[in-house]
Amino acid sequence: HGCHPQPWSGRLGAEKKTKNGSKWLKMENGNFFAPVWYRHDDLKEMLDSNKDSLKLEAMKRIVAMIARGKNASDLFPAVVKNVACKNIEVKKLVYVYLVRYAEEQQDLALLSISTFQRGLKDPNQLIRASALRVLSSIRVPIIVPIMMLAIKEAASDMSPYVRKTAAHAIPKLYSLDSDQKDQLIEVIEKLLADKTTLVAGSVVMAFEEVCPERIDLIHKNYRKLCNLLIDVEEWGQVVIINMLTRYARTQFLSPNQNVSAEAASLAKRKPYVMDPDHRLLLRNTKPLLQSRNAAVVMAVAQLYFHLAPKAEVGVIAKALVRLLRSHRSVQYVVLQNVATMSIKRRGMFEPYLKSFYIRSTDPTQIKILKLEVLTNLANETNISTILREFQTYIRSMDKDFVAATIQAIGRCATNIGKVRDTCLNGLVQLLSNRDELVVAESVVVIKKLLQMQPAQHSEIIKHMAKLTDNIQVPMARASILWLIGEYCEHVPKIAPDVLRKMAKSFTNEEDIVKLQVINLAAKLYLTNSKQSKLLTQYVLNLAKYDQNYDIRDRARFIRQLIVPTEKSGALNKYAKKLFLAQKPAPILESSFKDRDHFQLGSLSHLLNAKAVGYQELPDWPDEAPDPSVRNVEVRGAPQGAGCMGGQGGVSSQGLQRASEGSSVNPFSLNPAVTPPPPQPIPSSSIISTSLVTDLEGLTLTDTSLTPAVSVPHALPGMSRDPCPSWGLQVGGSASHTPAPRPRQLLSPAFGAVRTYELLHRMAGEGLSVEYCFSRRPFPGDPHMVAVHIQISNNTDAEVKSLRVSEPKLLSGMRIQEFPEIERLAPGDTANVVMGIDFCDSTQAANFQLCTHTRHFYVSIQPPVGELMAPVFMSENEFKKEQGKLTGMSEITEKLTLPEKCRSDHAIVQQVTSAANVGRVPCGADNEYRFAAKTMTSGSLVLITLEQREGAVAQLTVNSEKMVIGTMLVKDIIQALAQ
Amino acid sequence: MIHSLFLINAAGDIFLEKHWKSVVSRSVCDYFFEAQERASEAENVPPVIPTPHHYLLSVYRHKIFFVAVIQSEVPPLFVIEFLHRVVDTFQDYFGVCSEVMIKDNVVVVYEVLEEMLDNGFPLATESNILKELIKPPTILRTVVNTITGSTNVGDQLPTGQLSVVPWRRTGVKYTNNEAYFDVIEEIDAIIDKSGSTITAEIQGVIDACVKLTGMPDLTLSFMNPRLLDDVSFHPCVRFKRWESERILSFIPPDGNFRLLSYHVSAQNLVAIPVYVKHNISFRDSSSLGRFEITVGPKQTMGKTVEGVIVTSQMPKGVLNMTLTPSQGTHVFDPVTKLLSWDVGKINPQKLPSLKGSMSLQAGSSKPDENPTINLQFKIQQLAISGLKVNRLDMYGEKYKPFKGIKYMTKAGKFQVRT
Repeated sequence: HGCHPQPWSGRLGAEKKTKNGSKWLKMENGNFFAPVWYRHDDLKEMLDSNKDSLKLEAMKRIVAMIARGKNASDLFPAVVKNVACKNIEVKKLVYVYLVRYAEEQQDLALLSISTFQRGLKDPNQLIRASALRVLSSIRVPIIVPIMMLAIKEAASDMSPYVRKTAAHAIPKLYSLDSDQKDQLIEVIEKLLADKTTLVAGSVVMAFEEVCPERIDLIHKNYRKLCNLLIDVEEWGQVVIINMLTRYARTQFLSPNQNVSAEAASLAKRKPYVMDPDHRLLLRNTKPLLQSRNAAVVMAVAQLYFHLAPKAEVGVIAKALVRLLRSHRSVQYVVLQNVATMSIKRRGMFEPYLKSFYIRSTDPTQIKILKLEVLTNLANETNISTILREFQTYIRSMDKDFVAATIQAIGRCATNIGKVRDTCLNGLVQLLSNRDELVVAESVVVIKKLLQMQPAQHSEIIKHMAKLTDNIQVPMARASILWLIGEYCEHVPKIAPDVLRKMAKSFTNEEDIVKLQVINLAAKLYLTNSKQSKLLTQYVLNLAKYDQNYDIRDRARFIRQLIVPTEKSGALNKYAKKLFLAQKPAPILESSFKDRDHFQLGSLSHLLNAKAVGYQELPDWPDEAPDPSVRNVEVRGAPQGAGCMGGQGGVSSQGLQRASEGSSVNPFSLNPAVTPPPPQPIPSSSIISTSLVTDLEGLTLTDTSLTPAVSVPHALPGMSRDPCPSWGLQVGGSASHTPAPRPRQLLSPAFGAVRTYELLHRMAGEGLSVEYCFSRRPFPGDPHMVAVHIQISNNTDAEVKSLRVSEPKLLSGMRIQEFPEIERLAPGDTANVVMGIDFCDSTQAANFQLCTHTRHFYVSIQPPVGELMAPVFMSENEFKKEQGKLTGMSEITEKLTLPEKCRSDHAIVQQVTSAANVGRVPCGADNEYRFAAKTMTSGSLVLITLEQREGAVAQLTVNSEKMVIGTMLVKDIIQALAQ
Repeated sequence: MIHSLFLINAAGDIFLEKHWKSVVSRSVCDYFFEAQERASEAENVPPVIPTPHHYLLSVYRHKIFFVAVIQSEVPPLFVIEFLHRVVDTFQDYFGVCSEVMIKDNVVVVYEVLEEMLDNGFPLATESNILKELIKPPTILRTVVNTITGSTNVGDQLPTGQLSVVPWRRTGVKYTNNEAYFDVIEEIDAIIDKSGSTITAEIQGVIDACVKLTGMPDLTLSFMNPRLLDDVSFHPCVRFKRWESERILSFIPPDGNFRLLSYHVSAQNLVAIPVYVKHNISFRDSSSLGRFEITVGPKQTMGKTVEGVIVTSQMPKGVLNMTLTPSQGTHVFDPVTKLLSWDVGKINPQKLPSLKGSMSLQAGSSKPDENPTINLQFKIQQLAISGLKVNRLDMYGEKYKPFKGIKYMTKAGKFQVRT
């Protein structure tokens, strides 16, 4: 049907006319009413015209044909002529056509090549990229050398976008001509060294398609890939993470070594220490669990499952459970993987048990997968909840699901001894269910359960024997017969009777049932030949003439075995042993068991069969290969603060961080000791650090961007994860502070920091809390005062989930609580930062400090001097501003300076310790000026101290916030008087 | 990676195909049709179908199967997530994603697909970039294009792809600058026979519609960020700031996008805003059954529950139902056995109820199972988790934007067992 385009295009015309009224105008230029058989000539005519609008209309119709799978190949010559058309949309559509049909019309396609070759030299990077993209998509073997050349050139293009396109072109060329592999590997090697996120995903994709075995190419790029990962586009992330999983399996040692098995050799062995590069990978992938892209989340989850120490794998459960809310197809894939994981690491999903409960509206395939997971999660403690839930499922209208539930109950019963009897009783009750499918499934499962303890359950066996009259499902009948045969000594009276009935109906039974009838007959013959000899002969005779040769064979074989004749050999003596041997009870196993030898998240895992092109997940090596292969020598200075620059610098930083373990940073808040505090970021340049990594070609490399990350650097206590895992790790950014800019808020240059008590260790039952105002900008909210809190656990027990709750604040006040501290070991101290917007008032912020057991009411009342931040201004600006703030806004007070407080140094020191203000340069000798802005409203606070003769001085504060002014005067005088 | 894509409608017609590598004959879809037949319901078609030479991965949305053909190992979620992205993109472009819409805009669809993948590997999947490359059709543009012969293809080159903010198109200008955020929460719950909650979770999203000039840098903070147990972000959100300060800081994409989705887990207590009182009984001897349900508000924080719809799949044995609702309209389909009652608003003074009898197949025994009741409802101006946006600030641009925040609570998969 694909070869008659004419009638179809006629329909297209008609459709367009009727379906979309707004398109009626098209009829002006499209000849819609022409007879169908001229239509293609028509299109050719339109393509040959010199009007772009006609060409466009023609191309649109041709593309619509292609989209519907209709053949438009006969138009090739007419279309290819337009490859150099000026109109960009016509050109695009011609490209679409070309890529589709070039393979079929190789000679003609060559006509277009020169256009693309010209495009490859265009000064515009996007045109170069697009030319390469189309050129490499034309699957014509003759142009392989041209493509190779184009790819090589593009791989060293200035523009990262063109280099990305080159990476995309590599697999295209490889699939066209695999002989080019060696040359392509060279290009891949070159592109792997690329430092831009734009290229990373695409080149790893090329690597995976062309040379996934060349793991050695990754060594030098490993750390860079780990560090870039967060900023790579989502699809590239998936490919990189999957590749790195394999890489890590070849290069690092297993973090979960089997200690008990090797206890003997342990003494000789060094204790396991995780390679810092291994740690780097785990740490840099973790934040991606928060990606919106399910494929990325799955990729990280499988990485953790295959690479992380047991204790850390748990983090992925929450993210995977979140994916269960997604579309059905996503659920399906995620549940398959959860099913496999939940066998190995049951504990990880246990807290989310209820998220796997089944709704009647779930599609059957989802129900069955959830059931699988629930069964895997069942253990002694939760089994009663799970069984209660299963009871609801058994009453479902979806019978396939009910059958699966019965099997699940059977599995729970075999795995958990204490509920076996409960389950068995439940299943026996199901034997009287009205639905035959349910009964049949129950029989099959009961059979398996009874095999575990037959002696105790002869009643059940009797009950089941009676079922043969009613139940028709072959598998169930066969199961019952097997049971009776196997345990015939428990039901000596009933067994021969059942055989009698079965002999009667033998010819009408299904094959599996017939086999079991023979089996039953043989066993009875051996144990109770008196009653069953004739019956057995009869059955065997029936079987001898059966249509199925398996049954005939079986009958012959059994007859020889059990009926002694002269000819029968030695086996006859052992017949009883052969038939009535103790048989091991079946183990009801999950079909997902051991599926994790496939890399999780892969197609092969889902199908439980190796898919084409699947790369095996290697086993951990016994001895770690040389880790130094990943070292990269530092080459010169970074190429710009924003880009990744020298890899060496970055990776060594990564190493440092990786090795620090749980080092505790001192609670040093003395600004004199810490590196110069970071600048608050001028609002115009707040740009995510994660944006800064990229694109050498782009000039977003202003160093003033970097301090955004340096705040957490300087305050390690703040984030529990010591590394800024999102975003890059900017080499040395913490110590790199740009020159101050005029009118910026400044941090104080000096001034002792006073600490206050928040919770005394007596009141806090061993928990003591102190706080101080660090006078650093609170990251994220310029209106908040940063309060550093030091919490010490003086008890001898661990304090858990320390957090702030129920703040009681005056209206307008806001609090940014510190992230919850999960646990604080005895004797340990934690440092955290919280932000409080006091609304320019000295009212206390009240809140509760909670632990897992206690709540403490605490409050923080700021000294007025902490409600502001220093401002830098010139003397003239100061005077100008002061001129505006007179009258009510000016407060003046006289004071006498004590002896020791008359030197410049002492005065400045005292004022800056009383208030967070910055000094303003001043021409006069005996005058001191300071300026600040209040945190919330940003009102200026100007302080002038004029030293008169001797000890007498005059203090003036100008501020439109009169209350603040008054209080500040008081505080400063007090400070100076000390 | 992805070789080809076939779009198949409910009738089993392939109405669009696109190949990114050599053409794969559409006969490969026969394997899909076979699986479809076996599955009986569209929902049950396996998302991954192996065939001798290819693998078919499909998603089913808007009554259309999107079937991707792949030839070798690739993470299934990679393909499935991509297919969903395709559907989302169509929806974004055309308002709805339907067979008719796709057929009407077949050229734009084809061009978009061409840009989304290169050689089967995703190239541009951000809708902001795609819209720069290929303008979405509007009625006005269609008319203008036809008259002037101009095009849907963007005339500037797609610089967005080169940007450091790849999700935002460049040169955005608006006369009215506005940013709207919708906090939408859905309650997933299973309520047991006696009315107690078996499991309840809240799934929330913050959907944004941001129309701001230039390169605005926004921060959004919450009164109670601790509520957010598990979050996933649009790539524009700076994760680090969230980690350290629990503040959402981002340069938004232009237009509509999902900023955040979150999960408030079952460990927290979830307020259940409605209850259902039910009395559904079958008797063994009689061919009549009793049916009675009442819906009432529970923990609604004083807000009105509206848009209430009750549906229930009745057992096969139920032939017909004679019911009287105290309000709203109800329908029972005797073929599919689906009962649906459009209740509307719940008035706490006069609780809506639906009472009557069921006629059962004569002679057959009473059904084993009682039907489950599925509930839909909406509560405006309420985020049931208690999540509250504290403030929204804009940096980087001088103008004052208009800001708006809306809350809504809906039923997700809300089920009452009887």
